[in-house]
Amino acid sequence: MAGEDAVLDMLEAEAVHILREVAGAFRRPVLLYSIGKDSSVLLHLALKAFAPGRMPFPVVHVDTGWKFREMIAFRDATAERLGLDLRVHTSPEEATPFTHGAHEYTRIKKTLTLRKALDDGGFEAAIGGARRDEERSRAKERIFSLREPGHRWEPRSQRPEFWWQANTELAEGQTMRVFPLSNWTELDVWRYIRREDIPVVPLYFSAPRPVVERNGSLIMVDDDRYPLEPGERPVERPVRFRTLGCYPLTSAVESKAENIDEIIDEMGRDRRSERAGRLIDGEGGTSMESKKSEGYF
Amino acid sequence: MVAVLRVVACGSVDDGKSTLIGRLLAATGGATDDQLDYARTTRRGGSTVAAGAVDYSLLTDGLEAEHEQGITIDVAHLFMDLPSGRRVIVADAPGHEQYTRNMAVAASTADVSVLLVDATKGVREQTRRHLAICALMGVPSVVAVVNKLDAVGWDRSVFDDLAGEVRAAADGFGMRADVIPASALDGDNVAAPSPRLPWYDGPTLLGALTAWEPAGSRAEAGYRLPVQYVIRADGFRGFAGTVVGGPVRPGDAVAVAGGGRTSTVDRLLGPGGADLDRAAPGTAVTMTLADDVDVRRGDLLATPEAIGDGPAPATAYSVTLIWTAEEPLRNGRSYLLRAGGRTLPAVVTAVRDRLDVVGGGKYAARALDLNDIGTVELTTDTPLSLDPYRESRHTGSLLLVDRVTKETVAAGMVRHALRRGRTVTPRAYTVDREARQRLKGQRAKVVWLTGLPGAGKSTIANTLERRLHGMGLHTYVLDGENVRGGLNKDLGFTPQGRAENVRRVAEVARILVDAGLIVVVALVSPFRTDRAAAKALFPGGDFAEVWVDTPAEECARRDPKGLYAQAEAGRLPNLTGHGQAYEPPEHPDLVVDGAGSPDEAADALCALLRV
Ligand SMILES: Nc1nc2c(ncn2[C@@H]2O[C@H](COP(=O)(O)OP(=O)(O)OP(=O)(O)O)[C@@H](O)[C@H]2O)c(=O)[nH]1
Ligand SMILES: [Mg+2]
Repeated sequence: MAGEDAVLDMLEAEAVHILREVAGAFRRPVLLYSIGKDSSVLLHLALKAFAPGRMPFPVVHVDTGWKFREMIAFRDATAERLGLDLRVHTSPEEATPFTHGAHEYTRIKKTLTLRKALDDGGFEAAIGGARRDEERSRAKERIFSLREPGHRWEPRSQRPEFWWQANTELAEGQTMRVFPLSNWTELDVWRYIRREDIPVVPLYFSAPRPVVERNGSLIMVDDDRYPLEPGERPVERPVRFRTLGCYPLTSAVESKAENIDEIIDEMGRDRRSERAGRLIDGEGGTSMESKKSEGYF
Repeated sequence: MVAVLRVVACGSVDDGKSTLIGRLLAATGGATDDQLDYARTTRRGGSTVAAGAVDYSLLTDGLEAEHEQGITIDVAHLFMDLPSGRRVIVADAPGHEQYTRNMAVAASTADVSVLLVDATKGVREQTRRHLAICALMGVPSVVAVVNKLDAVGWDRSVFDDLAGEVRAAADGFGMRADVIPASALDGDNVAAPSPRLPWYDGPTLLGALTAWEPAGSRAEAGYRLPVQYVIRADGFRGFAGTVVGGPVRPGDAVAVAGGGRTSTVDRLLGPGGADLDRAAPGTAVTMTLADDVDVRRGDLLATPEAIGDGPAPATAYSVTLIWTAEEPLRNGRSYLLRAGGRTLPAVVTAVRDRLDVVGGGKYAARALDLNDIGTVELTTDTPLSLDPYRESRHTGSLLLVDRVTKETVAAGMVRHALRRGRTVTPRAYTVDREARQRLKGQRAKVVWLTGLPGAGKSTIANTLERRLHGMGLHTYVLDGENVRGGLNKDLGFTPQGRAENVRRVAEVARILVDAGLIVVVALVSPFRTDRAAAKALFPGGDFAEVWVDTPAEECARRDPKGLYAQAEAGRLPNLTGHGQAYEPPEHPDLVVDGAGSPDEAADALCALLRV
């Protein structure tokens, strides 16, 4: 459809503009790569934005140690294929979703590790793949989102974003998070992946996978660290993922969609939101807002 | 067809913007089941929505504070796909007057303003304010929705009266408004025509957004490419940015605005590097030139001025500002101006007036407060190439940023240039600073001594100058006391007066540095921003900020001019360190102990000057 292409062109131009602004305005920017579909699109856009030159920033991945194995394999293959300056950060602290609870585990393994990675690298701007349509509080997010010293997100001190003019100036201790995909929807992301033929982790496509059902969520048992209840046994079911994160915290959906066309088709019928499958968000209406205040992406 | 439509939802507080936008989102399939469940089971402060029904406003009001207060505070961005395939990006603005700046943000990129009017309350002051801001921000069309018709018994006469009133109000701001009756609460006439409105045969809101087209596109005009980034690869140098105006094609003439350098567009590459034979406005491109021209981030590549419709550089502009900071705008203050990838110091040289947005009148003003709109004159040292805002939202807009907090303090819309850069382009003389320095065998510099009255600045300046003079160096001391007796005798000691005092002294120092002299400034200069503006006049390394740090008690004890005694007696309200604050430098090049010996201070300063 002509309309669809025109929308993608506009979104692409906007994202490229933002990426170039980051590269031009900040001394040490970094791209945060989470291996998911949004990150894959972001990476693709960052490569396009600076062609025929090279992408002028490194890529950071915060590895919690509980990502799906296929994600890690995909990450390493992608870094290899594209010749990325990939830096993987892991927390030395012991924490699992089972011993610490989802929230505390995420804070230690993800939020704090990310903060440390940014501080150690001296990065003043971190580019992420978050979209405004993901969650209510994100709909209020800026494209250039200011973080106070200690990476605190203060909804009240966010700068007004007039036109397409970004204020990229930073006072002592402040940093910036930048979201070039702010105005993209989940559907746009898939349509763009289709149009540009962007590789994504195979977990997005349906296949028989070993899952257990917990509190109504389908959890894929990706390795033998997952504590099974007595008598509980993973069963093979045709499932796929709409978002990817830590496997014990990411629920699968039953689906037959084995390729992008079928995914897009399914999205027209599935009336659940994407993040419904992320167990860490399901802690009340505004939990994302409070996580973000601590420096979560 | 316009593929992407940007809409701002505005109007007075509680008129039903968020409810209407939430409805529209749900009607176009943009709300998921879990979001709808949430909006069905959650209630917020003061809600009147029936139990078990969906509160559609909750689909957009996502902040904790918004739930507590039951109002919208910040702009939400929502995306809808209309059945026609058109994408609509809605910015749901807050209605409350306190958050007017957020509403202005939402309007700044909008093509259409969906303006709500509560049928039970009518056109209110805030309705007019939002209309005025839409007009100011250049939103081309208004679709007014007279909402809550359920609450007035679907009464046609109520609608007709209000429709007339809104049309007249819009007309007053030079805009045309279509008016639609609706009930956001019940969904009438939002996406589908309502049987309860048999007397209305116009479009639904969805219908109006589907049918909207811009009123005649602008004829081909000069193009602009503000350079964001220079892309280099083997044997490749391209200038990346987003096209404004135009279109532009390979083979077009190009000039670097303000520099006089010209060339021809060689190639235009789209994202990814594919060659384009034409780039329309909004296209992200990389441009290469036929000649080897020095171009950097912040430069503006454009149609040459000689061809017409090219940018004309200027160093002073008349600008309409929306003030967005708590701290008011001060006349004479220096700020950072951001436009087209450039950041440079700019001074507000005059506040002309403040706009009464509701009544349309203009008042004389000396300052602007949060959410105020007014006209000012902005002056920069380096010429800037800005277009009138009415011609381009991209190259006619700017931000003002506080030099210290880096907060965005204002959004500016260029009215027109006041002083063409060309007429004041400095004439280059053959005998220049370099030549004069060579003759004197020295490097010209400014040593700026700042500190409390009585800190010992003049004594140290005197000792230092004697020392330098003895070494055969050419010097001059600008002493605050002396300057105020002549050049600056018209100025007072208010923050504005002090800002201007510092500005003039800095300009004189600049002339003296150009003359090849080592300049010692001895000036209280209590405010950081004023000193930062002074520093910004000089190339890096030519300006040393030196803090003469003397304890306040010691200054008061010395009191060489009897100032502290007068202040004690209440006769000097603005004395620094007494009635007015002194802001010590955060990163001085040197701190000298004003309580110590002037000779030691001079030693340290000589070391700093490397003499
Ligand atoms: N009777 C009636 N009430 C409505 C209608 N639309 C909205 N309301 C009610 O009006 C109140 C305000 O609605 P909101 O949608 O939050 O208004 P708003 O314009 O977004 O408010 P702010 O963003 O805070 O300025 C709520 O109690 C709504 O339920 C309507 O069509 N009829
Ligand atoms: Mg609202």
